[in-house]
Amino acid sequence: MADESKAPHSRESSQPEVSGSSPAPPAAGASLPAPAPLQLPLDNELSRRYRHRFSPAILNALEDRKQSILIVDATQLVEIARYSRDEEKFELLEDYTAVDWPRREKRFDLVAQLYSFTHNTRLRLKIPLGADEQPSTLVPVWPAANWLEREIFDLFGVVFRGHPNMKRILLPDEWQGHPLRKDNDILQQDTAWVRENLGIERGQ
Amino acid sequence: MNILADTVHENAAQKTETVLGADELVINMGPQHPSTHGVLRVKLKLDGERVVGSECVIGYVHRGVEKIAENRTYQQFAPYVDRMDYVSAVSNGLGYCEAVEKLLVVEAPPRARVIRTILAELQRIASHLLWLGTHALDIGTLTPLFYCMREREEILKIFEKYCGARLTTHAFRIGGLQYEAYDILEKDVERFCNSFEGRIQQYSDLLTSNSIWIGRTRNVGLLNSADCIALGASGPILRASGVKWDLRKSMPYAAYDQYKFEISVGMRGDTYDRYMVRLEEMRQSRLICLQAIENIPAGPIMARVGRVLKPPAGEVYHAIEGPKGILGYYIVSDGSIQPYRIRIRPPSFINLQALDKTIRGHLVTDVVAIIGTLDIVLGEVDR
Repeated sequence: MADESKAPHSRESSQPEVSGSSPAPPAAGASLPAPAPLQLPLDNELSRRYRHRFSPAILNALEDRKQSILIVDATQLVEIARYSRDEEKFELLEDYTAVDWPRREKRFDLVAQLYSFTHNTRLRLKIPLGADEQPSTLVPVWPAANWLEREIFDLFGVVFRGHPNMKRILLPDEWQGHPLRKDNDILQQDTAWVRENLGIERGQ
Repeated sequence: MNILADTVHENAAQKTETVLGADELVINMGPQHPSTHGVLRVKLKLDGERVVGSECVIGYVHRGVEKIAENRTYQQFAPYVDRMDYVSAVSNGLGYCEAVEKLLVVEAPPRARVIRTILAELQRIASHLLWLGTHALDIGTLTPLFYCMREREEILKIFEKYCGARLTTHAFRIGGLQYEAYDILEKDVERFCNSFEGRIQQYSDLLTSNSIWIGRTRNVGLLNSADCIALGASGPILRASGVKWDLRKSMPYAAYDQYKFEISVGMRGDTYDRYMVRLEEMRQSRLICLQAIENIPAGPIMARVGRVLKPPAGEVYHAIEGPKGILGYYIVSDGSIQPYRIRIRPPSFINLQALDKTIRGHLVTDVVAIIGTLDIVLGEVDR
């Protein structure tokens, strides 16, 4: 229960934040979360072990709402994943997804949620990724990554190197575009595909 | 003919078997097939009657729920999560509301948490009942379906009395509950629980020692604990393989830390064990409901959250033990009124990944049983 403890949250910090009643326009493509009391640098045994082992590849370690996050360089991803599974006992790749930050230099964040049955803790690995970078696949480490990486490829267009079957999973194979990218509007679709296969002139 | 490229659990070596042998045959199962529980299409490669490989084709009901989320406010998105796993909408809503509450750093008041727990456990029973009825129907026995639907109806009536909806309930709000419990909620739940004990026994009498049932489920679809964890399979599938692990115990949420219940586990990890695990889970959920209605604390049902939710920038991951497995929400906020990104970790999607490993070597008839035992809902697989 290291990062998920049910400790009472500080009410003072939360109240003024949420009761604001003036709706601000959504800021599209904000940068990394600004430092706030909710985010703290992470400096515990776990992060020290990772830093000790993979020093230059651990770009940052922080804690957000009591959840541990390691920011990891993509080049050493597989080694870090294997170390996490075998040495730190994060046996379960609970989730693997991506977040698009189009205005950032490194456009994508891959986000892996790891869970350890042995220690009952979670750890989040975030891997910043340039627009054309191809990260290595995690399938040899966690076979669960297979469909999850296909989904990331489908919806974000990140290609995983060494993936055994890198093709779309939710959208049709011939579909053009990656809908969860921020520059893909919610009404945007592959009109050519829709016309050809569904016989609909204009969708939505 | 690269039909089998999806079957990659061990290594890439299997990719080479793309040429069909003399007796091999590829057939399509679904997307319009009653036993696939929705629009799931499985390409099966058969050697006679035996499955030698498979590939799932999904996405037929992909609606882009995560994209919709980015274009709605936090409250506006809440009803959408009900429509993912539409047979356990209450659990979906519970996970979502708790995740946003974590992001806002607020906690629902105790009364709301207890009522949430009661409804979520009723939903677990309802989800398992629907699973049991249709699973038995797939395997060839018709009777349990009628019984299961009868009990599920009782639960849906309680939901209807509570919030007006039966399936896509939107029962909870971010910060607590919108509706106070109706006057006789406790009585209704108690009456249901009292009758339900005997009803579970009825299902058990029908199936547990039925030799046809055992013949169709014993040693069918074996999945050991190591494979489950490697493939990310969770929930009853993981527990049936012998892993005594439940998020309600290991990372308690809502009000689960107040109640006593057992985690049901199996030994072999076959279809029969998964049946036994779910049956026992229904018994345990019933016990949780009985404990919870004994003492519903008085007090407010909503925490103080603003009318416009603007969570401080940051991110949170929160997972609950849904009826089908780990249901997780990863939410990134940029400080605006709309979520920057919501990722839903769907248990059905990830459990379905285990299908290929599980059906290899089995007969086509067993494929029907195994799809049933994985307990998937395509609305959640495709989102």
